[in-house]
Amino acid sequence: MSPTDIANPDYFHKVVDCQWACPAHTPVPEYIRLIAQGRYDDAYLINWKSNVFPGILGRTCDRPCEPACRRTRVEEGSPEHRRASARPEPVAICRLKRAAADMKGDIRERLPRRAAQGNGKRVALVGAGPASLTVARDLAPLGYHCVVFDRDAKAGGMMRTQIPKFRLPDAIIDEEVGYVLDLGIEFRPGVEVGSMRELLAQGFDAVFVGSGAPRGRDLDIPGRREAAKNIHIGIDWLSSVSFGHVGRIGRRVVVLGGGNTAMDCCRSARRLGGEEVHVVVRSGFDEMKASPWEKEDAMHEGIPIHNYLVPKAFVHDGGKLVGITFDKVEARYDAKGRRELVPTGEPEVRFDCDDVLVAVGQENAFPWVERDLGVEFDKWGMPVVDRITMASTRPGVFFGGDAAFGPKNIIWAVAHGHDAAISIDRHCRGEDLRQRPPPTFQLVSQKMGIHEWSYDNAITPERRHRVPLKDTVIALKSIKVEVELGFDAKLAWSEAQRCLNCDVQTVFADKLCIECDACVDICPMDCITFTADGDEPELRTRLHAPAVNLAQDLYVSGALKTGRVMVKDEDVCLHCGLCAERCPTGAWDMKKSYIEMTHAGGTPRVHLPGRAPAPAALAAD
Amino acid sequence: MTYLAKPKLHHPSLPRNALGFTRRDYEGPVSTLCAGCGHDSISAAIIQAFFELAIPPHRVAKLSGIGCSSKTPTYFLGQSHGFNSVHGRMPSVLTGANLANRDLIYLGISGDGDSASIGLGQFAHIMRRGVNMTYIVENNGVYGLTKGQFSATADKGSKSKAGYSNEDEPIDLVMLAVTLGATFVARGFSGDKGQLVPLIKAAVQHKGAAIVDVVSPCVAFNNHPGSTKSYDYVRAHNDTVNFLDYMPEREPIVARSEPGGVQTVVLHDGGAIRVRRVDESYDPTDKVSAMAYLEARREAGEVVTGLLFVNECDADLHDAQNTVGVPLNALSDAELVPGSAALAKVNASLR
Repeated sequence: MSPTDIANPDYFHKVVDCQWACPAHTPVPEYIRLIAQGRYDDAYLINWKSNVFPGILGRTCDRPCEPACRRTRVEEGSPEHRRASARPEPVAICRLKRAAADMKGDIRERLPRRAAQGNGKRVALVGAGPASLTVARDLAPLGYHCVVFDRDAKAGGMMRTQIPKFRLPDAIIDEEVGYVLDLGIEFRPGVEVGSMRELLAQGFDAVFVGSGAPRGRDLDIPGRREAAKNIHIGIDWLSSVSFGHVGRIGRRVVVLGGGNTAMDCCRSARRLGGEEVHVVVRSGFDEMKASPWEKEDAMHEGIPIHNYLVPKAFVHDGGKLVGITFDKVEARYDAKGRRELVPTGEPEVRFDCDDVLVAVGQENAFPWVERDLGVEFDKWGMPVVDRITMASTRPGVFFGGDAAFGPKNIIWAVAHGHDAAISIDRHCRGEDLRQRPPPTFQLVSQKMGIHEWSYDNAITPERRHRVPLKDTVIALKSIKVEVELGFDAKLAWSEAQRCLNCDVQTVFADKLCIECDACVDICPMDCITFTADGDEPELRTRLHAPAVNLAQDLYVSGALKTGRVMVKDEDVCLHCGLCAERCPTGAWDMKKSYIEMTHAGGTPRVHLPGRAPAPAALAAD
Repeated sequence: MTYLAKPKLHHPSLPRNALGFTRRDYEGPVSTLCAGCGHDSISAAIIQAFFELAIPPHRVAKLSGIGCSSKTPTYFLGQSHGFNSVHGRMPSVLTGANLANRDLIYLGISGDGDSASIGLGQFAHIMRRGVNMTYIVENNGVYGLTKGQFSATADKGSKSKAGYSNEDEPIDLVMLAVTLGATFVARGFSGDKGQLVPLIKAAVQHKGAAIVDVVSPCVAFNNHPGSTKSYDYVRAHNDTVNFLDYMPEREPIVARSEPGGVQTVVLHDGGAIRVRRVDESYDPTDKVSAMAYLEARREAGEVVTGLLFVNECDADLHDAQNTVGVPLNALSDAELVPGSAALAKVNASLR
């Protein structure tokens, strides 16, 4: 193999699994260390810069970082080091983010200032959800005049209307949306943009569409029209609850659908008078789109989830809903491995109920974008959007969030917002949109003394800590009582210790290596091998421990004195630094990689010093 | 050295031996020797060898003297018996232990100072008596604990870190062991575990006095140009005469001819070692020609490694002394106190 190019920021970025998996690429281990040090303000600001809504995301994020977390793989590999009942689990990254938001002080002084004077450019943003607010946050400090339109009275979009208050209190939304609006953004509430043509006619330099996926999919089966009074579209019902228009629901409720919206619906129903709430899904329990933790939370509140039931008809008694019937199905796989739901032929299943909530998906809707403006749409009615620049086919019009590629989540909306902001800035400067700024990349030795590192390299055997919950009896009494209490300082510290510091990289200097094997002998995870070079697939089979996780790279050095190469499998490295501690020549060093996405108007920095200066040189300074 | 304990977590594919142990179960606490010390690699090789042989750790006694090398038994086989004896006196303590309990597997760990200087007399006698044990010399040619004076195995003409030249003739422990009647004599290099681990496995299974002299660079005081025990020097002058494959009893021994020639030596336990010759002319069962070869290569400044001499004679100290066949602690009162009639018989035989 050719030697690994560690000057390419992507190499070490990939080693930081959580950061690589995060759409906004938040530097996770860095803020987790800051939480452990009690520097909550600093931890919050790293998050704020990267993902704009730390307090909101710390409660509601889809957490793509957690399934990626190395901690799970490491614990999986050593079953004897955990209790039989304990599953291997990732670091509670999301809830640590919330801990930083909860325990920080007043950070307003440290946020960017309003631009002293405008740059004369005006940007229209449709929808005041996470995507538009991110664009506005990135552009306003640069002097852009951002005008945000939303049909609701308050900014926040789906974060405010669709996420129940018992998961995300209004105060948190007000605070973090407020930080953005305080940057001098013009917010026009209660305005539903009805025509793209008219919007463009107002002479904006750019238009960003972050209007979400606001239309809930309906279920057209017999009885739908007749019993309409007690059949509600999930997201519409959730926003009615959110605005206080709806305060009660029937005693027996069936929720159709297996996504996170369905989970929010059933838990909300449970708080508004629903005593017997059932969730019914077409496919298998394991295939449900809802995050595992959201399913757990629902079941914890006494809500059963029934699977493999396809809705057949709403049963009504003279227009009054009395139940819903289902066909039982089972999953069959054809020769190509495609799944099909086949009726089992068993008698239909009936659930008696007073209300049904339909949460079977969301759709985008762009009736307000005239089709002769040069903004192209595909055959599914979705805009044609560039995945990197977020640009539509009409110069100056950009899409992001759920409006761009269909329903995703908040963190993707934020990532889209950052990308769109870069594009809008470049568009307004007349620059090529395809040229994207590289990230800031620093790689700095963490060595402080012979056995001293500037990070805590001991590996704790502790299991994932549970977030304390409000007592269910109290929680179910009100739609507004927040269920999760969040980590306190002590729990946050303990959980932070579980982080493996994957951003503190094992960096190898082949010129210094004397091939003494000390690193091979000490490595607890058998990551390191000195062997003859070869092609990657073949090399992977003859390492100290086979490198079977193809998603994880091999770090390969240049040729050593004996002609062999050093090969390190990054897969289950603990980043404990023992290789560097046992290295007599300093060929191994632990260097912290700090990778930060460059946002609109930012200047990427690259800082790759050589070896750390010798202590004597430091003393002389 | 490190202040951090090695985490207990391990690789998902870490194999287990017949006893259900992983390699990690044969480890000890983290070494406090200098980073990069060859001795740590030898410890790792011992751990690997005992793991592969699936030896129950509590059946092993590891004994040592004084020195960097003699500290190392702490860092491997943490579940085994250990005895850290007086400087150079490991052989007599080991001999005594072996006489008292012949059922344990004995591992003597020593260094060039402990064996070739203060303990040379003891070294000689344990070899000539054929005590059933494995004697591992962690040989770095230097007194590391006292900061780098030449030891008795330093080659004539080699340079110290301070720049002095050694004017004394070296003691070659391998040659000495062959001369004194050791029945398994090998030399390895700490930087080549592929060769060292099978040597240790074969030595442990050999009945009688087995010695493995392991050249082990001292990174702090003897790994510089001018040293003949540095990583670079040994790599450049390593004359490997053969490689071993140790095969336990249950695997059928198939005589195969391979390039370079293969020689099979059956051990007393029914297992066997296959000697894969690198040097076609070198026969480790021929004592006289082996000695001639070793001396010639030493004169040429080469470090000969591999299985250098083996004589599977199947007799040890216990056989020679006709001792009782079980450990002394397994003898019952009736055997230990046979009564006055037995005493009278013994006395009569001496009249």
